[in-house]
Amino acid sequence: MLAAVGVSSIEELFRDIPEGVRFRGDLQIEPALSEQELVKHLEELAAKNAHTGAELSFLGAGIYDHYVPAVVDAVLQRGELLTAYTPYQPEMSQGVLQAIFEYQTAICELTGMEVSNASGYDGATVAADACYVAKHVTGRSKVVLAEALGPQVRQVVKTYAPGFGLEVVEVPHRAGATDPDELGEAARDAACVIFQQPNFFGVLEPAPDLAAAANEVGALPIAHVDPLSLGVLEAPGAYGAALAIGEGQAAGNYQAYGGPHYGFIASRADYVRRMPGRIVGETTDVDGKRAFVLTLQTREQHIRREKATSNITTNQTLLALAGLVYLSWLGPQGLREVGETCMGIAAYAKERLGLPLLFPDQTTFKEFAVRVGRPAEEVIRDARGKGVHPGYSLKRDFAGMEDALLVSVTEKRTPADIDRLAEVLAP
Amino acid sequence: MAAAESYPDDLRYHSEHDWARIEGDEAVLGVTWFAQDALGELVHYEPPEDGSDVSRGASYGEVESVKAVSDVIAPLSGTIVAVNTKVVDEPETVNTDPYGEGWLVRIKLSTPSEVDELMDADAYRKFVAEQ
Amino acid sequence: MKLIYEKSSPGRRASTLPSYDVPDVEVPHELAREEPPRLPEISEPELVRHFTELSTRTFGVDTGFYPLGSCTMKHNPRVNERVVNLPGFRDLHPLQEAEGSQGALELMWRLQNDLAEVAGLPAVSLQPAAGSQGELTGLMLMRAYFADRGEQRHKVIVADTAHGTNPASVTMAGFELQKVETDERGNIDVAHLREMVDNDTAGLMLTNPSTLGLFDEHIEEIAAIFHEAGGLLYYDGANLNAVCGISRPGDMGFDIVHFNLHKTFSQPHGGGGPGGGPIAVRDRLEPFLPVPAIVRDGDDFHLDYDRPKSIGKVRGYCGPFGVFVRSYAYIRSYGPGLREMSEAAVLNANYLLARLKEAYDLPFDRLCMHEFVLSARTLKKEHGITALDVAKRLMDYGFHPPTIYFPLIVPEALMIEPTETEAKETLDAFADAMIEIAREAAGSPDLIKDAPHERPVRRVDEVKAAKRAVVKYGFEDHPNLSAEHAEPRELEAQKGA
Repeated sequence: MLAAVGVSSIEELFRDIPEGVRFRGDLQIEPALSEQELVKHLEELAAKNAHTGAELSFLGAGIYDHYVPAVVDAVLQRGELLTAYTPYQPEMSQGVLQAIFEYQTAICELTGMEVSNASGYDGATVAADACYVAKHVTGRSKVVLAEALGPQVRQVVKTYAPGFGLEVVEVPHRAGATDPDELGEAARDAACVIFQQPNFFGVLEPAPDLAAAANEVGALPIAHVDPLSLGVLEAPGAYGAALAIGEGQAAGNYQAYGGPHYGFIASRADYVRRMPGRIVGETTDVDGKRAFVLTLQTREQHIRREKATSNITTNQTLLALAGLVYLSWLGPQGLREVGETCMGIAAYAKERLGLPLLFPDQTTFKEFAVRVGRPAEEVIRDARGKGVHPGYSLKRDFAGMEDALLVSVTEKRTPADIDRLAEVLAP
Repeated sequence: MAAAESYPDDLRYHSEHDWARIEGDEAVLGVTWFAQDALGELVHYEPPEDGSDVSRGASYGEVESVKAVSDVIAPLSGTIVAVNTKVVDEPETVNTDPYGEGWLVRIKLSTPSEVDELMDADAYRKFVAEQ
Repeated sequence: MKLIYEKSSPGRRASTLPSYDVPDVEVPHELAREEPPRLPEISEPELVRHFTELSTRTFGVDTGFYPLGSCTMKHNPRVNERVVNLPGFRDLHPLQEAEGSQGALELMWRLQNDLAEVAGLPAVSLQPAAGSQGELTGLMLMRAYFADRGEQRHKVIVADTAHGTNPASVTMAGFELQKVETDERGNIDVAHLREMVDNDTAGLMLTNPSTLGLFDEHIEEIAAIFHEAGGLLYYDGANLNAVCGISRPGDMGFDIVHFNLHKTFSQPHGGGGPGGGPIAVRDRLEPFLPVPAIVRDGDDFHLDYDRPKSIGKVRGYCGPFGVFVRSYAYIRSYGPGLREMSEAAVLNANYLLARLKEAYDLPFDRLCMHEFVLSARTLKKEHGITALDVAKRLMDYGFHPPTIYFPLIVPEALMIEPTETEAKETLDAFADAMIEIAREAAGSPDLIKDAPHERPVRRVDEVKAAKRAVVKYGFEDHPNLSAEHAEPRELEAQKGA
């Protein structure tokens, strides 16, 4: 091969690299491992983690331990889907293109919206993306966040905001929920408001009133929603939201220490040309046969460059595909049942734990906050010593909540699990 | 079907491949055959707002094909008095009839003397031949 | 083939769910869902068949040669899939206390060290979710760095060969874009650059080797221009697969580097993602990195949020952890011999280039790095065969086409990246096909114009897709696009990376 190239050594292939920037040492990386040794090494690392199969966990706060069915694993192991890239060449990629089209349809059905992209990085970055859409649609440069929107989401929006030329304002929660009048007042000159349903505390927000308050003053209402709540809770599109966004993990992805997962972003048809990232559209081939293709690409960075709606190229297709398989496995009735089961188990847990609720007057979905009477971190430490992770310490994000614990359930937590939690938390 | 190449004698031309038809103190603006041919079939026209000001040499709108997006440059300064909604609905009109039904906007001229700085059809034909 | 929604039958389902003896809870009427979402109603066997059929209509690296330039479509070792699915990684909650996630923290800490070593820069954040987010994060660091020094700098310079993500990221980070041109050897035009740089210049974003697959021979001079002017150098790591262990961005003078874990360190591309875009920086930029930082304290690892100068968070939690597991496994399977990976990638590319340079135009006749750019300019002029036509005809030979029409400065560009994981026999078969297509262009151009012949669909009507914008299934109102007959159109598919 060297002779065909016309060089005498591998070294000569690199002759264009100036000697001053050549690396002549040995990389300080630990020695190579055989496959068998590699597996052993990683098994040892994995064994140091308390995963939700080993510890009875009530952690949620944005990432949830819902059941992932076997068909999801089976589909994701198909090598063609696993190892393809972005479907630039439609004739080579009809399968993945159709899957994305079906995913877009599922997200639109869940959220009551007309357009979904092919997915975003996660539930936090899609919020920043949505702010960029709102800025361009309204020409305004303020963003209003409900304080009861997840802290990870708020932090990411605040990091992106200066580059977008956006000012971020937060509206505090009142006893666990957002007040529509207060939100509407803050939204007066804002591009958008983002609220979460159910919110970070698990509380059901007066979402239709929040959306109406924003619409009244010309700010785009953006609902950050849990996909698994949408069998029982109203779709954002039905109560006037302009965009619906969220973390897709709960629907079909493992927790995976926070990623990779998929974020979803869907909007009314009016904003299709402002949407970030890939979108798949239906068309026909030269014979008139149905075909799918990446479309509306003039929005994107590879054509519009510095004027693009986003810099995104990589999305999260494989994880979004997992979401599609999961939602297809559930079906509409299954989706409703998961939501009902979560609410039922959560209600049983509230009752069974018998601890004072942080927000006693609110309706909740699959999470609720309790007061544990002493620093929550201590309670977590003690409970973990007994093999139970009792939940998330709200002190991590909220002042004055030192003794507040956010308890999360999914359909994987049984009444017997709840009884065990009650035992561990008993004073 | 796409139109055949032509550069009518009654129009004035700008080097960014835009044309102007002067009608009293108003002008009708569009893009030339050369521009639409370079872009391919148009799929979107993002027009300016009625009543907004345009200035010579600056962008007043965008046209898109599936592979490219292009600013539309104003050959003359003025105020938008009409937007061609037919092109908004059927952007390919620009490909089939760039100088007729495919016009983009009508403006009221603010600086009529700018007309003298535009090319006539002969000069533009020569300019295109060099591209 | 039917959509999954078209296979739906009311009442059918694949799922079975537990039901517990707990009280029913009513959702307040005004918040309750009225119309259920029309998700598929399908049995498990049909569901499995549907997605299996979709997979057979998709071409991946597992299917065959995939020389998509600038995307580094190398083989994905299956051991990586095994280890990422260990329950200790897969089922770990991101908010688990540090004591309960020592293995994950240690893995990330180790990966940070390895990436720092490859970059030749000391500090790493794994958080960015993809290369483009790494770029944006790096530009945010520039902003924060200059703000901290009380300097106002607004401009960022990008090469005319850059990926579209560079200019898009510049705008999103609130900077103003300036473009520098490429000279006739395919390097940055240093004279042009020198004129542009002043005390309003925040930095330069550069891919090296460039998207032309060429190493910039003036990199030391370029770095000096910026550092003298007080600016920062940003390294787009899209092409890092060429130089691991051979030349380190930090040694070239770059201050910020992003990695594309899905390219260089073998992440299955998943039909478009996930990716991973960690960044490495010089000491002076370290205080501004995203929170949390992963730190080691004796034998313990923890997350440090107490970093007052940090730009904040760019993504949830610590980033795409599963991507880290795979890339760490990949790096450990090479160890210090990582340079052999780049050597093989560069050898493969140069071999393929040598075999193809007679049959196609070569805009820059130099040794290439891990990829190279050819042009179908002469084929187009003499036979009307475009780069798109060549790409489509390659499908008939069983290959995924290269990247086409990029970089923008090369007309009729064909950008070819074979990667190190391809055997010589594969490279030869691909070269034979490319040469055969160039012959066909003279003898039987219609064969190429009508290609592909053997795929599930023939060339698709992108104009119709853009005009109609049918982006979801419409159920009973779904339009019948086949009734509107397609016209054969000359289309150039664009691509970014």
